[in-house]
Amino acid sequence: MSDLLEITGLTKQFPGVLANDNISLTVKAGEVVALLGENGAGKSTLVKAVFGLIKPDKGQIKISGNVIEYGDTAGVIAAGVGMVHQHFQLVPVMSVTENIILGDEPRRGFFINRQSSRKQVIELSKRYGLEVDPDAIIEDLPVGMQQRVEILKALRKDVKLLILDEPTAVLTPQEIDELLLVIRNLAKSGVGIVLITHKLHEVMAVADRVLVLRGGKAIGFTSPKESDEAGLAQMMVGRSVVLRVDKKPAKPGKAALEVRGLQVLDDRKLLSVKGVDLTVHSGEILGVAGVEGNGQRELVEAICGMRHRVSGQVLVAGVATKDMHPHAVHLAGISHIPEDREKHGLVANYSIADNLVLNQFDQAPFAKGWVRNISQVNSNADAVVEKFDIRTPSAQNLASSLSGGNKQKVVVARELSEDLKVLVAAQPTRGIDVGSIEFIHNQLIAARDRGAAVLLVSAELDEILSLSDRIAVMSGGEIVAIVDSKDADRNYIGRLMAGMKA
Amino acid sequence: MKYLSKRNLLIVLIAAATAYFYSKDGSVTTSVVSTATSFALPLALAAMVGIMCERTGIVNIGIEGTLLTSAFVAFFVSSLTSNILLGLAASIAVGSLLGLLLAVMAVTWKMDQIIAGTIINILATGLTSFLYVQGRTIPSTFPEYDIPKLMNLPFFGPVLFMHGPLFYFGLFVILSLYVALFKTTWGLRSRAVGEHPSSADTAGVSVARLRYINVAIAGAIGGLTGSFLSLELVGSFERGFTAGKGFTALALMIFGRWNPLGALAAAMMFGMTQAYANQLMIDQVIQIPTQFIGVLPYILTIIVLAISAGKVRPPAAEGQPYEKADA
Repeated sequence: MSDLLEITGLTKQFPGVLANDNISLTVKAGEVVALLGENGAGKSTLVKAVFGLIKPDKGQIKISGNVIEYGDTAGVIAAGVGMVHQHFQLVPVMSVTENIILGDEPRRGFFINRQSSRKQVIELSKRYGLEVDPDAIIEDLPVGMQQRVEILKALRKDVKLLILDEPTAVLTPQEIDELLLVIRNLAKSGVGIVLITHKLHEVMAVADRVLVLRGGKAIGFTSPKESDEAGLAQMMVGRSVVLRVDKKPAKPGKAALEVRGLQVLDDRKLLSVKGVDLTVHSGEILGVAGVEGNGQRELVEAICGMRHRVSGQVLVAGVATKDMHPHAVHLAGISHIPEDREKHGLVANYSIADNLVLNQFDQAPFAKGWVRNISQVNSNADAVVEKFDIRTPSAQNLASSLSGGNKQKVVVARELSEDLKVLVAAQPTRGIDVGSIEFIHNQLIAARDRGAAVLLVSAELDEILSLSDRIAVMSGGEIVAIVDSKDADRNYIGRLMAGMKA
Repeated sequence: MKYLSKRNLLIVLIAAATAYFYSKDGSVTTSVVSTATSFALPLALAAMVGIMCERTGIVNIGIEGTLLTSAFVAFFVSSLTSNILLGLAASIAVGSLLGLLLAVMAVTWKMDQIIAGTIINILATGLTSFLYVQGRTIPSTFPEYDIPKLMNLPFFGPVLFMHGPLFYFGLFVILSLYVALFKTTWGLRSRAVGEHPSSADTAGVSVARLRYINVAIAGAIGGLTGSFLSLELVGSFERGFTAGKGFTALALMIFGRWNPLGALAAAMMFGMTQAYANQLMIDQVIQIPTQFIGVLPYILTIIVLAISAGKVRPPAAEGQPYEKADA
């Protein structure tokens, strides 16, 4: 059989990142190829190149033997390539039928031919065994059903190659099983499928071949027959040298932060933290390891008062904190380095000096009653800029003028006050340069040594391994294991993260 | 339960009141409702401008400016050329141009759409005041054309079928827009662009193109409305001629839930209120200064907005420039 998709030597350099490094891949009709890799491994760059959305620096992409030109997205679609986006491309207030026919509507003159539209949808749904109610409104449907509509929409255009981008990220386990069945059936009917994912069991369940990507490089091809989940995990996470951080053994004190039976909903109102119990002692770093999207974000937000706690408690030094009240939680002693520094960490249009006192601008010495003490704010800023080596001409510059690493230093500097009791650090080094990473790591260790309790949440297993004194593994909204970092085995934790029973 | 909303209740109440008055005094009621219809139509048409734009995701608060400019152009071109058809054509052309201007600012330059609309309003006030010349007249207004047979219907004859040509055309535009929006491919695509532009984009619908087209057509409808005001309804022009009708139209659009028929009903309710108030004054039932009657539509606007606020759902992508996902 001929190749539906043929990628040869694809290379793409973004400023500072080699997103795709000489990657080659072929997909035949009726074959399921999984693209496996962590976030930032280069999966989505590869897909964008297939759709002509980015211009590769080197290499060639052929679809059914024809070379794809940059910018010719319409040509790619016409050639029979369909995409099921991670973020559904559906109009929430419209019906299933309307969404499926949008852009290529059966007509009667100027008018939409409702009857034949509806018939088409029903036939399509029968042909692929994907049951949908053609008249249902999208926003009333559960997510799994919405995805079904998304898939039908792609299939309607006589798709030969279907690319699914993290299709299971938002699905329930039952919905995932159904989807995997659908994928297998589609392949049986002759469609070539590219499945982008970082979930190992899906790959094992459905893929014929697997291309593992890491840091933009193709680590290699394998197949579920030749490998197992542990093997895949090893290929995906790699065995790169762990950034060594010098630290003395921890001297844990009393319990500083206690999380008891915490249950939290995610943005889709589904239970994503399913009864978590955690205790962090002063003078220790507890790392939370896990594949992203397993409830870590909701856990952190609930602890910090940014998200409603459905049930459960968060205690600081034995005292319960208020739900949904970030300020009260902060006053109770929890400092927070938020995951999204642009959105929750900084006010981009404030000066660096103001950003450095965001959490205490109304308290002495930075204010006296209602009047701010600007000179104190400025002298504090100058001292911090010096101490934290924040690279800026002046502390009066806007926070938005800083680089990512320096922005993060501003956030870290602000949150690490001298009398820090509890620090919740979420993805503290995401997307910043190595120098800043090292600096921030050392600051976290220093905070621990001063007696702070640190809860570190990171998608980088290396970071967790090198900083933590104890490691909690989170999977499917639960803490599945807590291990001492001395006994932590990388593969063992990787398997737990992937949701396997150790 | 679906039909028992507050706004439908209002419509039923007004219809009932009208029926009651009609049984008491047929000729006065007929003339009042007929006046109300004339008041209502330009407001409803102006609301169509807003609906056309917002359904594709462009907020247009420049309706007032579009009405003012096109009413001005309609009047002065008619006056200078002694031809009201030329005036009509010119006003529609100017309306479309203002629509295109909004499209350039909102779609191409991705400007804040409130500011873009304000620019149009300020431009309109400034230009029409500056170019205004006192004492000009037009040869005639569009003459009333009574539709044979239908005009003899009791009540409905005078109310619906004894108006000028632009009235009929305007009504046709409103009904067509309703059908087009909900029954045609153009309507489906427009609404998709206004609700979730990336869905439309990935389905091969050009978001920018559709927004340009719709905002320009909306401008043309605004031009028609301007002509209707100065060439058919009033027959003159003065500074500040449109007196906030463009903003009232926005309120009607919201009250009518971005649905052409809803906005038409809301406009009718407005027209009735004003016509009844006028009648009460003429009958000297109530002794209040005319200024208070003049204020009535604005007070009603506030009440209407207060009732609908928070309960209606505007098109989801309204006011947001569309950016293709960056590669």
